[in-house]
Amino acid sequence: MSEATFRTCPTTGLKVDLNAQKLIKANAVAAVVFLAIGGLFGLTVALTRWPAVHLLPADWFYLALTAHGLDVLLLWIIFFEIAVLYFASSTLLNCRIAAPRWGWVAFWMMLAGGLITNVAVLQGQSTVMFTSYPPMMAAQHFYLGLILFAVGALVAVGIFFGTLVIAREERTYEGSIPLVTFGALTAAIIAVFTLASGAVILIPTWLWSMGLISTIDPLMYKLVWWAMGHSSQQINVSAHVAVWYAIAAMLFGARPLSEKVSRGAFLLYILFLQLASAHHLLVEPGLSSEWKVFNTSYAMYLAVLGSMIHGLTVPGSIEAAQRRRGFDKGFFEWLRKAPWGNPAFSGMFMSLVMFGFLGGISGVVMGTEQINIIMHNTLYVPGHFHGTVVAGTTLAFMAITYLLIPLIFQREIRFPRLAKWQPYLFGLGVAGISLFMMGAGTLGVSRRHWDITFADAPLDFSYPEAAFLMLALNGLSAIAAALGGLFYVVVVVASVFFGRKVEGRVALEAPAGKSAVASYGSSESLKIPGTLLLVGVFFVAFVLYYFVNWKYLSDIWPMR
Amino acid sequence: MAITPPTARLWWKEPVHRTELVWIIVAFLWGLVMFFMMIWWHATGEQNLATETYRTTPNAFYAKTEAMVQQYRVRDVNGIPVVRPPVGSDVYMIGRMWLWYPALELVKGQTYRLHLSALDLQHGFSLQPVNINVQVHPGYQHVLTITPDQAGEFSIVCNEYCGLGHHTMLGKIYVTDASGVTP
Ligand code: HEM
Ligand SMILES: [Cu+2]
Ligand SMILES: [Cu+2]
Repeated sequence: MSEATFRTCPTTGLKVDLNAQKLIKANAVAAVVFLAIGGLFGLTVALTRWPAVHLLPADWFYLALTAHGLDVLLLWIIFFEIAVLYFASSTLLNCRIAAPRWGWVAFWMMLAGGLITNVAVLQGQSTVMFTSYPPMMAAQHFYLGLILFAVGALVAVGIFFGTLVIAREERTYEGSIPLVTFGALTAAIIAVFTLASGAVILIPTWLWSMGLISTIDPLMYKLVWWAMGHSSQQINVSAHVAVWYAIAAMLFGARPLSEKVSRGAFLLYILFLQLASAHHLLVEPGLSSEWKVFNTSYAMYLAVLGSMIHGLTVPGSIEAAQRRRGFDKGFFEWLRKAPWGNPAFSGMFMSLVMFGFLGGISGVVMGTEQINIIMHNTLYVPGHFHGTVVAGTTLAFMAITYLLIPLIFQREIRFPRLAKWQPYLFGLGVAGISLFMMGAGTLGVSRRHWDITFADAPLDFSYPEAAFLMLALNGLSAIAAALGGLFYVVVVVASVFFGRKVEGRVALEAPAGKSAVASYGSSESLKIPGTLLLVGVFFVAFVLYYFVNWKYLSDIWPMR
Repeated sequence: MAITPPTARLWWKEPVHRTELVWIIVAFLWGLVMFFMMIWWHATGEQNLATETYRTTPNAFYAKTEAMVQQYRVRDVNGIPVVRPPVGSDVYMIGRMWLWYPALELVKGQTYRLHLSALDLQHGFSLQPVNINVQVHPGYQHVLTITPDQAGEFSIVCNEYCGLGHHTMLGKIYVTDASGVTP
């Protein structure tokens, strides 16, 4: 049973279970492999949508788009999340991991499932997009692969819960679990709901593809599918917010401004995020307006409230910690003197800013019941979610990789200069992708569309000139993002397999423990003017952009 | 630190700092504004998506559409019938692989009941350059009450992926001014 072997981390003093360490490594490496594959597909898609380049033929374009969605959104993100869950439970709690054998079962199931689905897509009979809306039907093993993957992920989430229970029973920590683990717990709870919804919808769809069920109602499918599809985005948000807190803690010894507020904000996610399935059903027939309004707003925007709280408390805790360390001048000395050359910090901070400004604002606006009419299924939608799940989640995961490599893989980062520039290049590229796709979407351009000149159509139409420019800029940004992604993969692979072994402590900006901020906030006076200014700018941008879109809406044909 | 257990064991009893409290209140109120904005627009705004929906079948919907086409066809565009239905009437449009059928000719400022349904897969009704986007399902008949308030030639793109010809799927709505002229 408890034959786990541990090593003691020389930097943090944490006890690391070697079984957990191996599982973390395996899941993280699988994640990076799928990011590389999926990113390449993304680049080809973007270059095809650039009208002057128009890289792929139509059938390959739709195939690549299906593969891109699956490989990055499901495989990269969820494999990495499993690594984060194991880290946040076993490592942060000094605890052996529950049932490591099952951890391997989960890993191989997920891997097999991912590969099967990829094969199905590449065989060409499953070009249905990752959403696979019926009555469009994919090959049987497309669904089977997804089901295997989801069940594997569910087992992994179970191991996370098991580890929390063991840690509590064996008293491996004092008091309450750390905030980062709490964030991971939030992600895990949402994951159970998500993966269960996935099973509820994918299993009948699989049976349908085998001819055992005669029809799948397309509207019902969408409702349940998005209970998985959207909630899984909330797993991502919870996980990357936890990662933000973790990086702030590891680099600055930052302590949350107040535990209660930050945990409360995570709780809001658990309570309300599931409702957001409605975001994808706002222009669907057959659903009442009341249902749409209530659900799309997560019951009066209570989950948005959670994110807005983290938007203050994450930079706020960094500011407070930096001021403690003496960077106390003016509004922004704490930020200017932050370690911008450290990719863990630069990646994390850009993730925070872009998630809020690009992904967050656009998401709330697009999720407004009526405003969705002018955005649904346009390129605005992928523009939005490249702001959330790429600029937000993916960049945050990249950032923490630069800490996990020395701490968990115990390797030095190879090509440190490349690593230093990587988050900037990727961040810049993704910001471009996000903005230019949103721009094209505002001009009406359809998502998932091979030819915006409609050359082969029986009627004539073409989008405005400006849309062509947007898509060209999108293509250029995609090249930057793909290069940034390539740098990441190169640095990770080189460090993990060929990096020098780390001996002794890892030099962190403010080594955990040493200048860790013991307490501030509630009892003492809290001074975070820089953060308040940033949050103020965010709020003004949010309000203005929100009402601008109501104005756009009011210009279209009256309809009721 | 955020990666260690809270220093105060009874962390939930610590008072919340004023800065945080103010932001929470501001964010909460903003959420209420956004929530009631949607409801207010239902009461006063002119652009709200209809919820009127009926179950139908591809055959039934096709039959109704075809009856309308036979009765009100005025001309063809590239072999596709253009229909000029009476002002205020029920108008049918089919989404199928890969055409929006038929083309319509409507009168500016007049109101029509536009019935949308699909025959095969889901399609996306995307009216350009107005930018009205509505999802169209097989088996469901969605009735939008629309009032074109601009004259001109408008195109309907399909913006839900519907197979390899998806990017060739178009439709037309011509809106004439009261005298029957399309500018
Ligand atoms: C090199 C980086 C990337 C580039 C250049 C890129 C580019 C694109 C482009 C151009 C589209 C197609 C939009 C359309 O035609 O509808 C797209 C779709 C998509 N991307 Fe990315 N992307 C990248 C990374 C990512 C990552 C890291 C994720 C997720 C974590 C992601 C998730 C998605 C999803 C879910 C879709 C929608 C697929 C669909 O409509 O079925 N992308 N991406
Ligand atoms: Cu279509
Ligand atoms: Cu289509």
